[in-house]
Amino acid sequence: MQFMLLFSRQGKLRLQKWYVPLSDKEKKKITRELVQTVLARKPKMCSFLEWRDLKIVYKRYASLYFCCAIEDQDNELITLEIIHRYVELLDKYFGSVCELDIIFNFEKAYFILDEFLLGGEAQETSKKNVLKAIEQADLLQEVSHHEGSRFVD
Amino acid sequence: MPAVSKGDGMRGLAVFISDIRNCKSKEAEIKRINKELANIRSKFKGDKALDGYSKKKYVCKLLFIFLLGHDIDFGHMEAVNLLSSNKYTEKQIGYLFISVLVNSNSELIRLINNAIKNDLSSRNPTFMCLALHCIANVGSREMAEAFAGEIPRILVAGDTMDSVKQSAALCLLRLYKTSPDLVLMGEWTSRVVHLLNDQHMGVVTAAISLITCLSQKNPDEFKTCVSLAVSRLSRIVSSASTDLQDYTYYFVPAPWLSCKLLRLLQCYPPPEDGAVKGRLVECLETILNKAQEPPKSKKVQHSNAKNAILFEAIALIIHYDSEPNLLVRACNQLGQFLQHRETNLRYLALESMCTLASSEFSHEAVKTHIETVINALKTERDVSVRQRAADLLYAMCDRSNAKQIVAEMLSYLETADYSIREEMVLKVAILAEKYAVDYSWYVDTILNLIRIAGDYVSEEVWYRVIQIVINRDDVQGYAAKTVFEALQAPACHENMVKVGGYILGEFGNLIAGDPRSSPLVQFNLLHSKFHLCSVPTRALLLSAYIKFINLFPETKSTIQEVLRCDSQIRNSDVELQQRAVEYLKLSSIASTDVLATVLEEMPPFPERESSILAKLKKKKGPGAVSAGELEEGKREGGEVNGWEVNQQKSEPSQENASSLTTSPSPTPTAMHLSLTSFFFPSSLSQSTPSPSADLLGLRSAAPVSAAPVSAGSLLVDVFSEAGPAASTAGVNDDGFLRFVCKNNGVLFENQLLQIGIKSEYRQNLGRMYLFYGNKTSVQFVSFSTTLKPVDPLVEGGAQVQQVINIECLSDFSDAPLLNIKFRYGGALQNLSLKLPVTINKFFQPTEMSSHDFFQRWKQLSQPQQEAQKIFKANHPMDTEVLKAKLLGLGTALLDNVDPNPENFVCAGVIQTKAQQIGCLLRLEPNAQAQMYRLTLRSSKDTVAKRLCELLSEQF
Repeated sequence: MQFMLLFSRQGKLRLQKWYVPLSDKEKKKITRELVQTVLARKPKMCSFLEWRDLKIVYKRYASLYFCCAIEDQDNELITLEIIHRYVELLDKYFGSVCELDIIFNFEKAYFILDEFLLGGEAQETSKKNVLKAIEQADLLQEVSHHEGSRFVD
Repeated sequence: MPAVSKGDGMRGLAVFISDIRNCKSKEAEIKRINKELANIRSKFKGDKALDGYSKKKYVCKLLFIFLLGHDIDFGHMEAVNLLSSNKYTEKQIGYLFISVLVNSNSELIRLINNAIKNDLSSRNPTFMCLALHCIANVGSREMAEAFAGEIPRILVAGDTMDSVKQSAALCLLRLYKTSPDLVLMGEWTSRVVHLLNDQHMGVVTAAISLITCLSQKNPDEFKTCVSLAVSRLSRIVSSASTDLQDYTYYFVPAPWLSCKLLRLLQCYPPPEDGAVKGRLVECLETILNKAQEPPKSKKVQHSNAKNAILFEAIALIIHYDSEPNLLVRACNQLGQFLQHRETNLRYLALESMCTLASSEFSHEAVKTHIETVINALKTERDVSVRQRAADLLYAMCDRSNAKQIVAEMLSYLETADYSIREEMVLKVAILAEKYAVDYSWYVDTILNLIRIAGDYVSEEVWYRVIQIVINRDDVQGYAAKTVFEALQAPACHENMVKVGGYILGEFGNLIAGDPRSSPLVQFNLLHSKFHLCSVPTRALLLSAYIKFINLFPETKSTIQEVLRCDSQIRNSDVELQQRAVEYLKLSSIASTDVLATVLEEMPPFPERESSILAKLKKKKGPGAVSAGELEEGKREGGEVNGWEVNQQKSEPSQENASSLTTSPSPTPTAMHLSLTSFFFPSSLSQSTPSPSADLLGLRSAAPVSAAPVSAGSLLVDVFSEAGPAASTAGVNDDGFLRFVCKNNGVLFENQLLQIGIKSEYRQNLGRMYLFYGNKTSVQFVSFSTTLKPVDPLVEGGAQVQQVINIECLSDFSDAPLLNIKFRYGGALQNLSLKLPVTINKFFQPTEMSSHDFFQRWKQLSQPQQEAQKIFKANHPMDTEVLKAKLLGLGTALLDNVDPNPENFVCAGVIQTKAQQIGCLLRLEPNAQAQMYRLTLRSSKDTVAKRLCELLSEQF
């Protein structure tokens, strides 16, 4: 996978993950172009499209579009399910996830993604294992937060 | 306020995000952000040391601002500080910031790498994973240099935790993708392969991506992975849906891992070991069987995961292309999907069938679905699906169904989406030509194409129909008749007028016997379109008219009248005016014999790969069409209806063969220079040549056959001014370099041949006269150059002249190559010379004051804008000679600019079509040391470098 973008129906970018080196300018250009292309498509249309020399796989969940760019050899259907598994992970972690969760806890959305996908490839597809890793990290945070608050208060 | 804030919420961050969301306008948002940036900046700069929590919070805010699309130019150091915090939460935010905002600042990279190093050696798996994620996310070369050796050790060490192994595998993959030279194979590679056997499914899932990538580059070293992958796959495929626990996804066992295993197997040919192969075939059969079973769940996730594996298995079957039984089953399965209610499946089935169509085992099976595919082309609501259907029709087309498919594509074109029209037109044109049994069908198809989608018919397409009509005399009469009829339509496309003008000009006589298409009727029909056409088409029509005068003397007075009228002979367009004047003159002074020779029928075009095919290949990338194309060639014995299936790139059409951009031996320069050339020994040659290539080669073709060249008719004898040059074999580097600072002289000389050059340049245009002198007393035969046809015979002692026009499109370094071939006493002589066209030829001198000069000099102070060379003098250091050379370079030599009067400074602007490139030059001679220092600065680095190379050989 070359990159993943999450954006709202209004075209606001909520999360961007790039697995290939590109300049900021290039990233902005790609984002603008793709958001426009995907938003222009009608609901019943196919989830795949050719774009430049890449294949775009996208799916809409409530107000949010999840959009991945994969290479010619990559499998479209399994990419759709990568998106779905990520949504499940977010949902499980936040408890009925909505766009607001991702806006206010964007860093968490990135952490979860890093546990699931790394370098554009599936790292751990077990929902249980990914959530376990994140929960462990949260546990570490809470401990350190308590230590931190003792100093401040 | 936020819905939830799990774990360790940062209140300040949540408030800030709310504020931004509440902003009513973009301006308000920017104001709020600037306020926050000022606040953070003052906090970071303040005397009071910030605690870790605040630092984390501010870094997180900066990250948020960056992700909103604003630039961030500070905070990197604070983020780096967070990396060495021993609090997980702070470290994590630090790493996230670094991953998103990589900075190539070398000092920072060193610090970041240090922090990563510490975490990697901490033996704390959570810290190690964070560090590995960061490397995988950034993936820079500096990181590869620092860690490419360490990560393989972590990956294969016995005591590494599973989660760390997973991250290490994918981290290494990323480094291998960005810097393959830094990831060295070694003892670890064999152990990596064995990760396929790992008990932990997550480890296998991660490692297999790495193994696949490494196998592609080093197949032999990794080939043991094939049997391991097959047995792993077999275990998954035959497992019950509950066996794999959490790796089962909607009742499908390990879909991601299965797909990756099937993908890995596609890096290799079918297994040689019979047992392994048998097991694999069994797996593939099981996967195909499962597709027929009733679904275990109604959820789309279930069917998607299951079908993802199925499509990957079919891709493997197609890759092997050796199991007819599996291929046919795959095809039947895809056939079912063609009518599935899920659009996604229909799309993928069409796509996958496209590759199946090129296999000889399944080509026929694919063809049975033709009606469904045609229906898809007509009824699919999504253009991307229709596009796939069109691709598949193209792929499944052969002689048996060509007429049906072409007809369907043509009717689809009437309503096709604009985005795919051009490609469709190319495809129709190719199929029509490739499978034409009778050429009248071909002509009908192309003319229909122009009628339906004229705007999308590129030059290649109508050039090609003309080439074919010229080469096949059995179709010429039909073509003339059909195009004549097509032109009767009240509104017809300009491309139709072009084809009509050309074909009637050549073959109008074949239908002139019919009073309904008598010469005058033909002429009037063409001329009725004239006023609505663009300049190039009008030029073409004028050429058709002069051909009419030759074909039908009875039209002469009518046509002369047309040519003579003010709108032609005084046309504001030079090209049109010139043609009108020349043709009028030609028609009134030349005898019928001369006219007939000049305007002889076009000779047949050499057979070659269709330019249209080349264009489609370019459009779609090499894989897209060549597979089917080559397959077809193979099946029908290499040559299909005069089509050479030929991978070698040849010029798209004779019409513009003179352009070096498309010459058979493209040099890198070809990208930058377009040369048009023609040869004009007749009286016509005195007129100004047009910089645009003569579209249909009338001008170039006619005189070649018209007038032989004699030495006496030469206007300029350049050989008298230049002394004898040393003879060089092959490439003429010496001769070439002598022309950097001058425009005229001898480019090349040996015992047989002398080549003289005269050239002149203005702005981005140039004209070069080449004089080929036969020094022997024997005739050269088959004389040819890559620029444009010349008279193939050069008599002993005679000289032949060629003129080329040059246009500099953008800056370039390599000179265009000129190949010359001829036979002398039976032996073939072959010369390859660099034409002395260098970037400095397009200089416009610029005068400027000392102040201006140094101001500009300073503006060009980035390191890449400067090129410098210190070199030894090759010639005596004579000031006057130096000045002459610098002036010959084309720049202005500026006096009283350099404080040291010994030095020379020059300024100029290189004119290319794309841009103007300013250049400054400084040459500092050191008489004692007999050395020079040459410095060039230019707004374009490649130009500074090239000028420096060229000039350092001149003094």
